[in-house]
Amino acid sequence: MQDTYNAFLSTIEIPSEAKGLLAGIRIAVKDNISTKDIPTTCASKILTGYIPPYDAHAVELLKAAGATIAGKTNMDEFGMGTTTENSAFGPALNPRDTTRVTGGSSGGSAAAVAGCLVPMALGSDTGGSIRCPASYCGIVGLKPSYGRVSRYGLIAYANSFEQIGPMAANVTDTAKLFSIIAGHDRRDSTSVAKPYDFAGLHAEIKGKVIGVPKEYFGEGVDKDVAASVEKAIQKLEELGAVTREVSLPSMQYALAAYYVTCTCEASSNLDRFDGVRYGPEPEMNLPWHDAYTKVRAAGFGPEVRRRIFLGTFALTAGYYGKYYLKAQHAKQLIRRDFLRVLTDCDMLAGPTMPNVAPKLGEMTANPLQMYQTDILTVPINIAGIPAISVPCGTAHGLPVGLQLMGRMFGEEALLNAALAFEEEA
Amino acid sequence: MVSENDVLHIAELADIGIATAELGKFTEQFNAILEYFDILDTLEANDALERPLVNVFREDETRPSLSQEEVLRNSHNPEDGYIRAPKVI
Repeated sequence: MQDTYNAFLSTIEIPSEAKGLLAGIRIAVKDNISTKDIPTTCASKILTGYIPPYDAHAVELLKAAGATIAGKTNMDEFGMGTTTENSAFGPALNPRDTTRVTGGSSGGSAAAVAGCLVPMALGSDTGGSIRCPASYCGIVGLKPSYGRVSRYGLIAYANSFEQIGPMAANVTDTAKLFSIIAGHDRRDSTSVAKPYDFAGLHAEIKGKVIGVPKEYFGEGVDKDVAASVEKAIQKLEELGAVTREVSLPSMQYALAAYYVTCTCEASSNLDRFDGVRYGPEPEMNLPWHDAYTKVRAAGFGPEVRRRIFLGTFALTAGYYGKYYLKAQHAKQLIRRDFLRVLTDCDMLAGPTMPNVAPKLGEMTANPLQMYQTDILTVPINIAGIPAISVPCGTAHGLPVGLQLMGRMFGEEALLNAALAFEEEA
Repeated sequence: MVSENDVLHIAELADIGIATAELGKFTEQFNAILEYFDILDTLEANDALERPLVNVFREDETRPSLSQEEVLRNSHNPEDGYIRAPKVI
């Protein structure tokens, strides 16, 4: 396999003899999903040499369905980023234009699919990490409802938001892969018994009420991207959907609430990386604070360290009420907004990203600017609901993603609507 | 506003370290992000937080787990079945 996109961090293949829906299909797996006997690094130097002794639940299911694990894909270190440039092993390149980023953090998975190296891949989505690279690379990506796919074996970054999900070149393959990984697993206490039946997939959009949140076409959204998505929404109307404008006023708090919460969770989750049980060896003769600091300062990249800082700060005595607690209130308002509009509407539609894939290096200087491009994806992770990004034409000659957002555990309706759109687009 | 000294203190709490050369830029970026978070101050937080979730418990029963050998495989120089760590005192 010739990987000119730096999509893979490891290309060790594990074939499966099992007969099943995925028999003979090669599937790439994001490098934060544990694979027995294959190095798993989260694109971080702090996991150098780590070989998991077990498979993630989703990987067990792929093998049982006959899939060949095609290797592990590049990503932003620990999932922290929107371009895959925060990888310790260099950025992945966008197959549609190799001078541009893939989006992140599941950029390697998106590049592997868009570059036709594999037909399907697993990604993970904490604040848009499946949908963003799907949008930038012109493929399909689904962020499942929170709890529908087991997180067992997914290396935690912000566990109250993240889900493993499918990425593929088309809606049918996305649905097929989703049908294998969805369902209950007792080893994840947030897992819900909601399997997905692939046989039920059919194009269906007629009569569906689609809400179009005005905030999804607000300030910061590129005009040409908005025009492309508006055209896609017109297409949905032509196919028989009924659209109406809706409003999500609490979205103004979404980015701050998301970044406060995810960094707090990260500061705690990433505490375990000190080199003692895995990773680079600490100096045994140093006092433990010094030994761990040395390993962590050298092992974590700048963005990971920034988020550990932010989270540690926000949880410090005296600041907890100002940041973490307020963020929880904001999250509640956002959840209520989505619940309200999704009572009258079957689903919502808008752009996945406010822009097209930036040039390599364009976004790295200013972390806040990079966080702001997540504005249309993070509200979904806060609400816990499912969302899919489907290619809907181009702007500035680059792919644009249409984002369809559904009711809790409403992946069936989303995939059926996405299929109807794809067949006509 | 967070000062360079505050940043050094947080770095110590998080066992993360920070080089003198990167301290100024880091503090500046950190403050820009915190300033953005100030939007949360405009939020009325009068409602009680809903807790719609329930805990999921299971019976405390023995189930198969990884072998000791597998658990220790990624650690450095394990001794008598234990993992070695830097000295605490």
